[in-house]
Amino acid sequence: MKLRIEKSPAPVWFRPLIPLLAILFTILITSVLVILVGANPFHAFYYFLIDPLSSRVSFIEVLVKSTPLLLTGAAVTFAFVGGFWNIGAEGQMLMGATAATAIGIHMHAAPPWVAIPLMLAGGFAAGMAWVLIPALMRVKLHIDEVVTTLLLNAVALLIVSAILNGPWRDPVSQWPQSPEIAASAIFPKLIPRTRLHLGFLIALAVILIVWFILTRTPFGLKMKAVGLGPQAARFAGINVDRTLLISALVSGGIAGLAGVNEVAGIHYHLIDAIAGGQGYTGIIVATLGGLNAWGVTLAAFFIGLIDTGSQTVSRALGVPIYLGDVIQATLLLTTLAFLLFQRYRIRIR
Amino acid sequence: MEQAVWLTFLVGVLAATLRVATPLVWASIGEVYTERSGVLNLGIEGIMFLGAFVGFAAAAKASQAGLPGYLWIGLGAAVLAGVIMALLMGLLSVTLGVNQHVSGLGITLLSIALSMFGFRLVFGESKVLPSIEPFGQIAIFGNIPILGPVLNQYLLTYVAFLVLVPLAWWMLYRSSFGLSLRAVGENPEAADAAGVNVYRIRYLALIIGGAFMAIGGAFLSLAQLGAFSPGIIAGRGWVSIALVIFARWDPVRAMWGALLFGAVSALQLRLQTLGFQLPYEAFLALPYLITIFALAIAGRNAPYPGAYLKPYRRE
Repeated sequence: MKLRIEKSPAPVWFRPLIPLLAILFTILITSVLVILVGANPFHAFYYFLIDPLSSRVSFIEVLVKSTPLLLTGAAVTFAFVGGFWNIGAEGQMLMGATAATAIGIHMHAAPPWVAIPLMLAGGFAAGMAWVLIPALMRVKLHIDEVVTTLLLNAVALLIVSAILNGPWRDPVSQWPQSPEIAASAIFPKLIPRTRLHLGFLIALAVILIVWFILTRTPFGLKMKAVGLGPQAARFAGINVDRTLLISALVSGGIAGLAGVNEVAGIHYHLIDAIAGGQGYTGIIVATLGGLNAWGVTLAAFFIGLIDTGSQTVSRALGVPIYLGDVIQATLLLTTLAFLLFQRYRIRIR
Repeated sequence: MEQAVWLTFLVGVLAATLRVATPLVWASIGEVYTERSGVLNLGIEGIMFLGAFVGFAAAAKASQAGLPGYLWIGLGAAVLAGVIMALLMGLLSVTLGVNQHVSGLGITLLSIALSMFGFRLVFGESKVLPSIEPFGQIAIFGNIPILGPVLNQYLLTYVAFLVLVPLAWWMLYRSSFGLSLRAVGENPEAADAAGVNVYRIRYLALIIGGAFMAIGGAFLSLAQLGAFSPGIIAGRGWVSIALVIFARWDPVRAMWGALLFGAVSALQLRLQTLGFQLPYEAFLALPYLITIFALAIAGRNAPYPGAYLKPYRRE
């Protein structure tokens, strides 16, 4: 028996099924792990996939959990489509959160319609600033942006830690957490007595804008051309460097907004776990979502579901909470593999 | 008196430099093999993490069972785990030819998630971190002043500097395997035409690399610390990735890079204790910033392997 991979594009109706197949395959693989731990996989995946949707409270919690993932997913999508391999959403998110806190704690005299736009603008700018050096190094010096964006994640975390252990250390409790932002800077709740906040609408708006830019503007077309092949794009008369730079900066800015969202919508102060790996999860969301805005929306919701479910699974079945992380990482790898079916088919003979 | 203080300081820095550099040498040499075959393995951070965890868990269990060579059992288990992850990376990036950035990152995420899952499973949620009696330093130079404190190191440190690096140099530039490896990394089509099995060489490179990365991680839990915690790798894999580019894919230069990194880290630790008023995070960030700066200079027109990041499909 020989395995051969042949070029053969999949029919259009088959493409949306690919992420679903990847999800099914992931459930199959991770079930083995659940069985090894001595739990029932049907129970486990009931808690992961169905239980969070069964009550209003937990459904809203899924939306809360998916909010930052919509933003980091959109950020990664924007960069990847434009051919800029931004692995630094985590660091850009941390910088966005830091800027939002710096602005938010000084907004006691300002009304919300001043405070909130200022924080959003500050977070966007901080995220952009954090990706600027890798972007310039890529464009001007042709240095692989994967390594530089990756290393700057570690630096961003150290900066946050230095601020929290220095000027912003809580003078009373001595905890490494910043002072609380002003009440007017806190995102209003969308539904009273829940955690769902303005950030969710902002994230949906960002998704809409990303969709519009990528599919309805000439610039989106240029980005796609650069993403598919800078050489060909250059021959077609596209300013490749400029396009790359803008893709990178907008991506960093959106990741910065994810940081604002966590400060103004959830924590109300800065802590060093504020990003908590959600920048990296954005890469999973973007890949599972097939690098398009609506796919990212569904993927963020799905990962939010797993995040919410993993706490219940851990409580109810005694399975370590990290099963959720295992599922997400497995899902990334299976999606990558299954995406091949878009362009290739495997022939066994 | 003044002189004696400085001598102690210097001896401490030199000893720590070798210790800090050891896991970086293991991991970056592993990555040199991998990248020279044309595959970027961003799974390095996770494979180090998995190596540290599996090595520690296996050693702890073997030690509880009263097995004498429990540390070696741990090291063997770590290597096995690293090889399995390398095979998975090979399946994705070599056989299926998917994007190496994302698949490597996925390997890292999966390895870390599996390690944390396993850690909770094996050791529960106890607040007291479990520990084992780790590998000790070997007193080759006994009590000889200066030489003793600096060069009495762990076995894995000696192997890294005295075997791994020279062997990697010999393998790459003097052996027929190295010739095939570099050919596959530069021009897989030509290598294939010359009768080299591109897939086999790339898998071999990934396996060697995965084993070394896992040993680099296991060095931390089995030798330096005798314990495992979630912050154990703390970006050392990413630093190794940078070192490889900084070293222009040469094993000897990668070793010098690791030593430089080790020296900066060691100095930073000691300057802190001497009461320098900078926040300690500034020192911790220094190696990353130096690496990025070095990339900006040395990385300009860096001699990337010709087939770097390019999957090979036999038509």
